[in-house]
Order: sequence, then C-alpha cells, then structure tokens
Amino acid sequence: MDVSLILLAVVVVGGVGLVIGLLLGVAGNKFAVETDERVTQVREYLAGSNCGGCGYAGCDACAEAMVAGKAAPNACAPAGVAGAKAIGEILGVAVEEGARKVAFVRCAGTCDKTVMKSEYYGIQDCQKASMMPGTTAKACSYGCMGLGSCVSACKFGAMRIVEGVAQVDPEKCTACGACTRACPKNLIVLVPADARHLVRCSSREKGKAVKAVCEAGCIGCGICQKNCEAGAVTVTNNLASIDPEKCTGCGKCAEKCPVKVIS
Amino acid sequence: MIGELILLLIGASLVNNVILSQFLGLCPFLGVSKKVETAAGMGIAVVCVITIASAVCSGIYLLLLKPLDLTYLNTIVFILVIAALVQLVEMILKKMIPSLYRALGIYLPLITTNCAVLGVALLNVQDYGTYSAGKMMIYSIVNAFGTSSGFLVAIVLMAGVRERIQNNDVTSSFRGQPIVLVTAGLMAIAFCGFAGVI
Repeated sequence: MDVSLILLAVVVVGGVGLVIGLLLGVAGNKFAVETDERVTQVREYLAGSNCGGCGYAGCDACAEAMVAGKAAPNACAPAGVAGAKAIGEILGVAVEEGARKVAFVRCAGTCDKTVMKSEYYGIQDCQKASMMPGTTAKACSYGCMGLGSCVSACKFGAMRIVEGVAQVDPEKCTACGACTRACPKNLIVLVPADARHLVRCSSREKGKAVKAVCEAGCIGCGICQKNCEAGAVTVTNNLASIDPEKCTGCGKCAEKCPVKVIS
Repeated sequence: MIGELILLLIGASLVNNVILSQFLGLCPFLGVSKKVETAAGMGIAVVCVITIASAVCSGIYLLLLKPLDLTYLNTIVFILVIAALVQLVEMILKKMIPSLYRALGIYLPLITTNCAVLGVALLNVQDYGTYSAGKMMIYSIVNAFGTSSGFLVAIVLMAGVRERIQNNDVTSSFRGQPIVLVTAGLMAIAFCGFAGVI
C-alpha cells in the first residue's frame, strides 16, 4: 500500500472542501440578510418549546410575528405574564394582563364510575382510536378515552391519565392549548386558574341515558341552575355549564348536585 | 450530435422521469407538493442545483479525480459540492425571495439529501465518463437539465392534482399521505406510456 495515494486522496478531498468553504464564506458575506435584532431579543423570552400554542409554526415564527405587530406580545401563553411584559418593553407596547388560565378536563368518568362496553385493542392513541367504529371502550361516547393523546401532546408534563381519565396538573400547565387540540372528544378547555366550580362532564345525553353508562355524569336535572343565586349556571342540551366570570364561589351548586359532578 | 442531445433531453425528462420512472427524490415530491406555487419554486431550485451540481461534479471528475485515478472518491466529493451548492441557493433565496424561502422551509436544505441530485451526478460519470472531455461536459449538463426539468414537471403536476384533491371528500382512512401515494402511483403508470417513444 502506497502512503502517497492515501495522502493524495486526503489532499484532494481536503482541498476541494477548503475551496468550497472559502467560496461559501465569501457568498455568505455577500448575501447576508439583516435581521431585526428585536426578533432575537423577543425570542429569548418565549418558552422555546415550539408547542405551537400561539398558532405559529414555532417560537421563531412567533417572535417574528410579534415584532411585525401581527401577534400580541402575550400570544405566548407559556412565557407567562412576566415574559409578556418583557416582550412588551422590547417592542414598546402596553400589555394587557389577562388572568392565568389552565386546562380543564370536562370528564369525571373514572374506571370505577363508568360502564365499559368493550375492550379496545389497538394503537394506544385517542385520535387513532376515535376513527374506529364505536370509538371508545367506555359506554359513554362523550367521555375521556384515557389513551393519552393529550399526555403526548403536552410539552410540559402537565397531563396524566389517572383511572382512565386525563388529569391536569395546574402547577405545570402553561395554557398553551396543545391538549385542547389533541383531544378528539373536545373535552379539554382552558379555564381561568382561579375558577372554583366547574362541571366535570360533557355528555349531552338525557339524564336516563347518562345514568345508564356513568355514575359521575351530568344528568341535566337543573338543580344547580335553580340554586345558583348569581345566575352563573345554565343547563343547555342536558348539560350544565358554569360561567366563571359570574360565579361567586358560594358552592351551592356543588352541594346540591345529586351526582356530584360539579367540582 | 444536436439530434442526439434533443433525444437525450426528452428521454431524461419524460421517458425516464426521475421521480415517476426511477423513483428518486420522492421526499420533496411528497413534501412540498401541496401548492402549485411552492412546488414550482422547489422545482426551479432543484433544476438550478442539479444542473450546476452536475456541471461542477463532471468538471471536478475530469480535472481532478480521473487524472489522479481517484474515481473511488466520486461520492464523497460530489456530496461536498452538492451540499455547498444547496447552501448557496439557500443564501440567495433568503436574500432575494424571502417568501419562497419561508414556504420551502425545511425542504430547502433537504435538497442536499435529495437522492436525485447525487444520482444524476453519479450517473453522468458512470454513463459518459469514457467520452472525451468536451463531449462529457455537454452530455452531463443536458442530461442534468433534462432530468431536473422532469422533476419540475412531475412535482408541478402533482401539486395541481393535490390542489384538486383538497376539494374532494376523500374517505377518512385515505386522507393525507395515503391518497397522495395512490395518486403518485397512478401518475407513474401514466408516465409508463412514454416508454418506447425513443
């Protein structure tokens, strides 16, 4: 084996690489694009997890949109109020302070309370399973499937499945909204973090049908509506809902609820 | 000579279409064919990269690798050239047409790994390597241009079909990539009709 052959190969490849590198360096200078330095500053205050909660392709795109004025400085929920304020200072805009929000799962049908109608064998993912006929192992077609699409969608480790129902850890939740989009049953909504009473059910079936499949389902009896002095509770389509803005936190709805579905 | 080159051009672009007959470069073909505009942008970028890359690669082969008997380094050196060219195209696009730069996204740097680019450069050397220097350069460039315009034609046609698929009610299990792959297969069968033209 002749060493000079190896050396020649090294020199040729190295030389070609060097020439190309030099040419690219020159071209890089010539075609340099001036970026707004505010974009980099804003980018540092964003969460950086590319969760997509703001509706842009990623944190970089969101930062650009913020500088261009297309996105509000508080569009990044995970950055929180402090982040939004800092971004507002960089851009010189006032930031409206919104109340902190958290995700909330509108289902309380844990394994011991709900009736199972079948056993599901297949891809352990709600979105995939929801394409199957029958869609869920639980007899309630509105309830949490418990396969954890929201868990895998959450970039912050705030979701987990307990007893077949998704649970949110309010401490870790940043209200990015990834889980609300991942849930094929649309069970997860963003609610103010200080909301005291919420309805943990989404079933729009009539009372008898709900009773037949789940002990913890809202039967739409309307007792909560009658007992609420602030007028915060309304029952539509056999399902109670509480307006957190009107709710005074008296707790009468939760107390009188016959199925204890109000938290 | 000129007649032969015209035949080569038609053969490379239609009869042996790089995507639909040779199945090279399928990643951008499926990835950026959602809109005709971006597909055309991608196609033109690929035409530039393949044509220039083939010319440069053939030049390097003739001037460096063949005289020094280093043809076993073809792949490595060609990849170097292609990667650099893609970087260059990326810089130029970022400066000149930022909207296209954003629309192409990750698929622009991924032209580097588009096997059609390396495939054409290597096939040129393999098929025309024994020709005289001038003839090899001309054949390489014409073949590269034909092949890459075949890519452009295929990706633009595909984007047109996909825009129409958007308006149709596709069965849910076929929605997204599956229907696109079925479409690609049907297009490949249609392009079989060109076989035997030359």
